[in-house]
Amino acid sequence: MKVTDLKWSAISIISFFLLWEMIARSHFFPSILFPPPCEVLATGFDLLRSGILLKSVGNSFLRVIAGILLGLALAIPVGLLMGWVETVDKLFGPITSLLFPIPGIAWLPLLIVWVGLRPSLPILLIAIVVFFPVLLNISSGVKSVDRENILAARTLGSSELRILVSVVVPLSLPFILTGVRIEVALAWRVLVAAEMIAIPTGIGALMSRSESLLQIKAVMVCLGLLSIIGLIMDWSLRYVEKRLTAHWRAF
Amino acid sequence: MEGLLTDIELRKIKNYILKGIDLNIHRGELFVLLGPTGAGKTTLLNVVSGLIPYEGEVFFNGKSMNHTSPRDRKIGYVFQKLVLFPHLNVKSNIAYGLHSQKWAPVRIEKRLNEILGMMDLYPLADRYPGNLSGGEKQKVALARAIAPSPQILLLDEPFQNIDLRSTKMIRLEFKRLQRDLKITTLFVTHQLPEAEEMADRLAVLNHGRIEQIGTPKEVFSQPQNDFVSSFIGSPNILRCLSSIVLGSGLVEVDCDGIKVIVPHEGERVKNIIIPAKDVFVSSDSPPGPYINRFKGQVMAFQGNGALKMIRVKIGKHLVDAEVPGWMASSHHFKIGQEVYVVLKLGKIMVNEG
Repeated sequence: MKVTDLKWSAISIISFFLLWEMIARSHFFPSILFPPPCEVLATGFDLLRSGILLKSVGNSFLRVIAGILLGLALAIPVGLLMGWVETVDKLFGPITSLLFPIPGIAWLPLLIVWVGLRPSLPILLIAIVVFFPVLLNISSGVKSVDRENILAARTLGSSELRILVSVVVPLSLPFILTGVRIEVALAWRVLVAAEMIAIPTGIGALMSRSESLLQIKAVMVCLGLLSIIGLIMDWSLRYVEKRLTAHWRAF
Repeated sequence: MEGLLTDIELRKIKNYILKGIDLNIHRGELFVLLGPTGAGKTTLLNVVSGLIPYEGEVFFNGKSMNHTSPRDRKIGYVFQKLVLFPHLNVKSNIAYGLHSQKWAPVRIEKRLNEILGMMDLYPLADRYPGNLSGGEKQKVALARAIAPSPQILLLDEPFQNIDLRSTKMIRLEFKRLQRDLKITTLFVTHQLPEAEEMADRLAVLNHGRIEQIGTPKEVFSQPQNDFVSSFIGSPNILRCLSSIVLGSGLVEVDCDGIKVIVPHEGERVKNIIIPAKDVFVSSDSPPGPYINRFKGQVMAFQGNGALKMIRVKIGKHLVDAEVPGWMASSHHFKIGQEVYVVLKLGKIMVNEG
C-alpha cells in the first residue's frame, strides 16, 4: 500500500469511529441498543480476559480451517481431472451445475439429520460449501492454461503426469489461489450462520446468545472481530499468492 | 557431438488440410516450407511431430514413426508463438526437456552450460520470459528446442515480430548453428526473402499440396506453375548474345541491346534471370552507382494494394518489377512515363545453358 493510500485509510476509519462515538454520545438512540465504540472496546477486553472470546473464536477458526482443508482435499484432485480429461469434465460437469446453485446454509438441515450435532457438522458443512466453487475454479483454471504450453512440453519429451505437475498446476495456481480467497470468506459466512442457528459453540453462537441477553456490546465485539479475522486471512492468502507466483507474473 | 543425422520421409500424408504430401528431406538439410497462410505448413510440422492425427506414413531414417508418440520422436519444436513456460526462468525453460527425458543431474548441468555458452544466454539465465525482449525469447525458445539434442528441428515462423536488423542477425546466427549441429531442419515461413536466405531446398505449399520442390535458385528462377509464379512473382528472363569476363567474379553480358553486369564465373551465359521483386523502378534518378541502371518506359500496371506490378520497356525487353504499393503511389507512375530501372546485381541468376 502506498503512503497516501494509508493516510486515506486512516482518515476514513478514524472518522467512522468518531462519528459513531458522537452519535452514540448524543443519546439520540438508547445507549443499550447503540453503545459508543469505547464501551464496545472495554467489553471486548472483558470478554478477552474471561477467556470466552478466545475460546469461541478459536473454535470457529479451527472449524473454518478444517472445513476448507477437507473441501480442498476433495475438490483439487477432481477439479484437476475435470480440467485435464474431457470425459471427466463431461461426467462431473452436469452434477456440479446441479448442486452448485444451492446456498451453502441450505445443506444444514440435511446434515443435522445425517450427522447430528457433532463437532464434525460445521466442518462438513464448510467442506460442502467450499467444494463446488473450488471445483469449478480449478477446472477452469486448468482449462485456461494455454494448450500450446502443453504441446511444447509434450514435444520436449514430458510425460502426461509431469506436464500436469510441472506446467498445468503452476500455471493455474493464480486462478486457484484467487478462488481460495473468495472461498475462505464464503466459509466464514456459512459457519457463523450455522453457529447462530444450530451449533452451541463458536463466535456465531456467542453472538446469538449475547443478542438474546441484549448484550449489544458483545455482539458488536464479535462483528469487529469477524471483520479483523476476515482481513487478516485475506491478507495472508494474498501474501502466499504473491510468494508463489509474483516472480513470474509481475511483468 | 550431436551428429545424429536423420532423414525424413513423408508418404501420402493426408488429413483435414493436407491432400497427399510426399516429401524426402535429407540428412542435415535445412528445408523450408514456403506458402501463404492456410497452405498447411504448420499442419505438416504437426504431422512430423506427431501432435495431430494423419493418414500416410512418416519415416525418420527409414523407421516408421506412425506409432511413436510426440514425446518419443526426439524432435525440437519452436512454435510460432514460442510458448516459453512463463513460470520458469530461462535456465529452467532450457533444462525442461532434459529433466523430462530424465537426464542425470550432472549431465543436465553440463549440457545447460554448453547451451547457455553456445547461444550467449548466460546473462539471461535467471530471467523470466515475461521480462525478455522478442529476440531474446526467440533465442531461448531455440535453445530449449535444441538442448535435448533432437534428431529433427521444426521451426514455425520463429523469427517474426522483431526489428529487421535483429531478425537478420538471428537468422544468420541460426543458419550457422544449424550448419554446426547438422540437425535436419524443417523451417516454415511465408516470407520469400527468408526462404531464399535460409533454405538448402524448399517446397512451395498451397491448399495442402506441394506445388514445387527445389533449391531456392531453381524455384525462384523457374516457377513450375501459375501458383508458384504468382506467389513468387514470375522472374524476368533475358536472353544473352555475348559476354565479357570482367574478373573478380563479374561478367558483363550483352542481352540484345542492354549490357548487364552479373555475378558469375566463366564466359558461358545463355540467359540471365532476375525476380520481379529485385527490379527497382524510380521516377527520379536513383542514388548509388551506375551499375545495371537503365532508362525505360512504363508500359502497364497490374494489381493494387500491397504489391504492384509495373511492366517497363527497356530497349527491346519487357521487364516486370514488383513494387510495394505505397512506393508505387508515391512515385505517381503513369503509362508512357520515362523511368529509371535498376536490376539488383546480387540477385541476378545466370543460366549457362
